[in-house]
Amino acid sequence: MIEVREADKKRLFLRGPSPGTRFFVLLVISISLMVSDSRYGHLDTLRQALSVVVYPIRALVDMPFRVFDDAGDKLAERDQLVHDNDALREQLTLINAKLLQYDALEAENTRLRALMDATSKVADRVLISEILNVDVHANRHRIALDKGSRDGAFQGQALLDANGIVGQITRVGPFDSEAILLSDPDHAVPVEILRNGLRTIAVGTGDISAVSLPFLPNNADIRVGDRLVSSGMGGKFPRGYPVGVVSSVTFDPHQAFASIDAAPAAALNHDREVLLVWSEEQGQRFEKRRAAGLAGSGLGPAGGRPR
Amino acid sequence: MAQPRIGWAVVSSLLVAYALSIFPFPPALEVLRPDWVALCVIFWVVCLPSWVGIGVAWLCGILLDTLTGALLGQHAIALALIAYIAFKFHRRIRVFPIWQETFTVFVLLSLYHIALVWIEGTAGHRITLGYFLPILPSVLIWPAWSHLLNATVRQTR
Repeated sequence: MIEVREADKKRLFLRGPSPGTRFFVLLVISISLMVSDSRYGHLDTLRQALSVVVYPIRALVDMPFRVFDDAGDKLAERDQLVHDNDALREQLTLINAKLLQYDALEAENTRLRALMDATSKVADRVLISEILNVDVHANRHRIALDKGSRDGAFQGQALLDANGIVGQITRVGPFDSEAILLSDPDHAVPVEILRNGLRTIAVGTGDISAVSLPFLPNNADIRVGDRLVSSGMGGKFPRGYPVGVVSSVTFDPHQAFASIDAAPAAALNHDREVLLVWSEEQGQRFEKRRAAGLAGSGLGPAGGRPR
Repeated sequence: MAQPRIGWAVVSSLLVAYALSIFPFPPALEVLRPDWVALCVIFWVVCLPSWVGIGVAWLCGILLDTLTGALLGQHAIALALIAYIAFKFHRRIRVFPIWQETFTVFVLLSLYHIALVWIEGTAGHRITLGYFLPILPSVLIWPAWSHLLNATVRQTR
């Protein structure tokens, strides 16, 4: 039994069109929405407006986790903190030492590229974004991020973590955005094998711990343990970032293509933060727009900040 | 004047349903997440058909589409469909005993998922049987959910 409101009992007749007509009209609207959404992407403005409406719900669900994390940080033992601090300092020294080399190498690289008449593509701009602790889609690998167009994020932007490529942004709202992980079956990233420069495409499998390389012939020069880096083909992903390590190679003479799997380099399912990347060119474009006052009223200076 | 209070009950139950729909689950249990928003819409259409009708159900679906990153209109049309059927039979469903009510919900949710999967397939995604799994936990949770919302409705009197 479902309770009936007194107020509702009295209204025997509905005003306006009949339920059947209403449903039919909504059906037509829905179909046109879905078609224009999937085929033409005309609905970006509508999507953005709606994402502002649902942002509070996402923020609300994410809040308890954030509070818990903060409390954990505050209540951490002093010894633990001192220990962490030491470890981090040690790591910093090591990384600084490596950076010294890096500066020299970058200078050398620029010089060599100048000699070869190629443009320098080393300097990328990045911005840290937190992953909102919400599930976006049950059957696909999507995440929600707390940076939006206000911070200069854009559709198709590459995401990294400390170990490699994570995925790319699929939708941008003013305050938040959605991204697809490289393990999603709808995602593909152009890669090359670091050892011999063989280029191919890594496609998601729907399994968070694997991507597959479905387009390599049986005689391809590839082995277990080969490292894959992004090739920069297609212009979406910056060149040279780790994508994964080949974990299994099966050559079956009956099949046209070899079946090859790789384990993603990025920690796809236990990241809390990801890096948004701007290639130098994109970064400059954002700077220009910001200077012209188009990228929000000085709210998001972070986009152009090099780290 | 108790009208605004029941309005609050509708809005807050929907908010809870949305929050539960995106609350992080372990990936293994992800496919067993009940269709909270659909359950919520079914209840309110039967309980308050003059307020929560096909149009409101459709709007709820648009929000759910945005929240889950689905095609805009996918959940909307599925929710409008079950709201339409629930609306047609709301007088009958109101007097059903709980087991019959639960069976009706099972039928409605099956239709809901068939609509979703149909659209998903048309959009070119791979369909697995896992798409239908949420029906089971949703139906199991319905008696408690309906009881809870009924209690809320009684409170607002």
